[in-house]
Amino acid sequence: MSDIAQTSPATDERVKDISPLRKALIRPELGGIVGTIAVFTFFLLFAFDSGMFNAQGVINWSVVSAQFVIIAVGACLLMIAGEFDLSVGSMIGFAGMLIAIFGVTLGWPIWLAIIITFVICVAIGGLSGWIVIRTGLPSFIVTLAFLFILRGFTIFLPQIIERKTIIGGIKDAAEGDWLASAFGGKVFGGLFQWMGDAGLIATFTRGTRAGQPVVDGVPMLIIWALVLMALAHILLTKTKFGNWIFASGGDAEAARNSGVPVNKVKILMFMLTAFCATVFAVCQVMEFGSAGADRGLLKEFEAIIAVVIGGALLTGGYGSVIGAALGALIFGVVQQGLFFAGVESSLFRVFLGVILLGAVILNTYIRRIITGER
Amino acid sequence: MSEQSPIIQMQNIQKHFGSVIALAGVSVDIFPGECHCLLGDNGAGKSTFIKTMSGVHKPTHGEILFEGQPMYFADPRDAISAGIATVHQHLAMIPLMSVSRNFFMGNEPQKSLGPLKLFDHDYANRVTMEEMRKMGINLRGPDQAVGTLSGGERQTVAIARAVHFGAKVLILDEPTSALGVRQTANVLATIDKVRKQGIAVVFITHNVRHALAVGDRFTVLNRGKTLGTAKRGEITPEELQDLMAGGQELVKLESSLGGTV
Repeated sequence: MSDIAQTSPATDERVKDISPLRKALIRPELGGIVGTIAVFTFFLLFAFDSGMFNAQGVINWSVVSAQFVIIAVGACLLMIAGEFDLSVGSMIGFAGMLIAIFGVTLGWPIWLAIIITFVICVAIGGLSGWIVIRTGLPSFIVTLAFLFILRGFTIFLPQIIERKTIIGGIKDAAEGDWLASAFGGKVFGGLFQWMGDAGLIATFTRGTRAGQPVVDGVPMLIIWALVLMALAHILLTKTKFGNWIFASGGDAEAARNSGVPVNKVKILMFMLTAFCATVFAVCQVMEFGSAGADRGLLKEFEAIIAVVIGGALLTGGYGSVIGAALGALIFGVVQQGLFFAGVESSLFRVFLGVILLGAVILNTYIRRIITGER
Repeated sequence: MSEQSPIIQMQNIQKHFGSVIALAGVSVDIFPGECHCLLGDNGAGKSTFIKTMSGVHKPTHGEILFEGQPMYFADPRDAISAGIATVHQHLAMIPLMSVSRNFFMGNEPQKSLGPLKLFDHDYANRVTMEEMRKMGINLRGPDQAVGTLSGGERQTVAIARAVHFGAKVLILDEPTSALGVRQTANVLATIDKVRKQGIAVVFITHNVRHALAVGDRFTVLNRGKTLGTAKRGEITPEELQDLMAGGQELVKLESSLGGTV
C-alpha cells in the first residue's frame, strides 16, 4: 500500500478526514462481530457451568451453527447479487427426500443417489433463476412459488411411493459408501482420542465405549461449512467474478452497460444457493438416517436473517460472507445456549425478531455512511 | 482539424420506429481530437442518434463509416470493442462499490496465484488513484465508495474509465444536465483534457452555454433532421438557441421574458 501513499496528491481541503474508528465501523461485518462478542459474553457469564463450553457442548452448538453457515453462504452471495431465494427450506426437504427415494426405495448406490440429487436440485435452482431473469418478476414471488411446489412434491412423493412421509434405512444403505462419508462422517478422530487419553476432554467411563472420548471427531458438516465459507469469501472479495456479483446487485443496468454478464451471474448464484441447500440436506439425511417431509421448514428465513445480521443489504450490492457466517454462529450459539441455560426455547423466536430488527436498523445506518448521506 | 480524416461518418442515417420517423436522414462527421456538440431540444432525436452510433439501434437507412470502413454493430459490445464508449447520464456507476471496483467493472485486472486467477486489487487501486489524480480528483483512497462522490466527480470517473480502456470516440449523454455550476465546470474541464489526448468527444446537451464553452463544432438536431453543422466562431449563442427551438417562436418568447432564456 506504500506506493499508493506516494501517488496520492496533496490533500483536498474539502475531503474531511475520517477517524480510524469510524472507518473501522464502515464494514459489513460490524453487526456480526458485535453480536458474536455480546452473545459469547452473555453465555460465558450465565451458562458457563451448564456444560455449554466443554467439548461436547462446543461440538453441539458448532454443528447447529455450521448448518446455518452452509445455507447462509448461498443466501449471502445471492442477496449481494440482488436476489432472494425463499425456496431454500423446501429445497432441503426435497433434496433429502430424493436421496431417500433413489437410495432406499430404488436401491441405487448412495453415491449415485447423492450425485443425481445434486444435479436435479442445482438444475431447479437454475430454473428459478432463469424464470426470474426472463420474466423480470421479483425473485421473492418466483421462489415463493417454488417454496410451495417443492414442499408439495416432498410430501406427495413418499406418500405415493412408500405410503408414509418419512423414509428411513439410509444409514444401512450408506454403510461404507465413499461419498456418503464425505457428508456424514467425522474427521480428526485420532486427535480426539489422544485428547481423551491425555485427559483434556471427558471420556466415557462405563458401557461398551468406555475409554473412548465423548467427542469422537469433527463432523463433516463443520468441514463443509468452513470450506464453503472460505471459498465463497475468496470468490466474492478476491476475484473478477466477485466484482460482478457486487455489480449485478448494486445496479444491474449500470453493470450491463459496463459489460458485466448480469444474467449469468444471477442464475449461477441461484444455482449456488440450491447447491448449499443440497449439501445441508445430504448432511442431515446422513446424520438422521432418514428423510422427512417436514425437513427444512423455515430455513429460508433463518438463512436470510443470518445474512442480514452479517451486514448484507436486502437491496443487494453490499455484504460479506464472513459477516453472514458470524450471523449464523450467533444463531447457533443462541439457539443451543438458551437450551443449556435452561431458558424456555420459545424465547428463541423473540430473540430472532429483536436481533433482526436491530441488524436491519444498523445496516441502514452503515449504508448511509458509505454513500455519504450523512 | 479539417485536414484529418473523420473517425466516424454518419451518412444519411434514418431510423423509424414503426410509423414514427425518429431520424429522417442525418449526416454528421466526427473527427479525432474534436469536441463535437450535438444540440437539440427534447424529442429532437439526439438519443436515437447516439444510440445508433453506439450500436444500440440499427439504422433503418444510411451507413456508418468507422475509420473509413462501413461498420455494422450487432450490439453495444461491438461498438465498445471498436473503441466507441458511451458515458450515460445515470447508470454508469454503482454507488455502494468502491471507486477502484467501479473503475475496473467488467475489465477486472487479474493476477495468477497458482491455479487461481485473482482480482489484482493492488494494480487496480494504483491505476485508479493515478487516473483520478490526472483528472484532478482527490480521493481519500481507492476504496472510497462512489456514493460519496459528487455527480460531477462520478461523471469524471466514468470518463476517465472510458479513456483508460482505449476509447477513440467518447459519447457523453447530457453529462452536465443534473449538475451544479462548479461540477459542470469540472466536467467541461475533463472534456477539454480528453480532447487534447486526440479522442473524439461527442457531447450531447441542450445547454447552449455548456456547448459553446468546449465545443469545436456544433450540430443541431430538430425533429429528426439536422439543421447543419457550424464551426466554433461561426455561430452566436442566440443563433444556436434559435436553431434548437426550431426558429421563430423563441424570439417572441425571449422578448417577453427580457432576454433571460
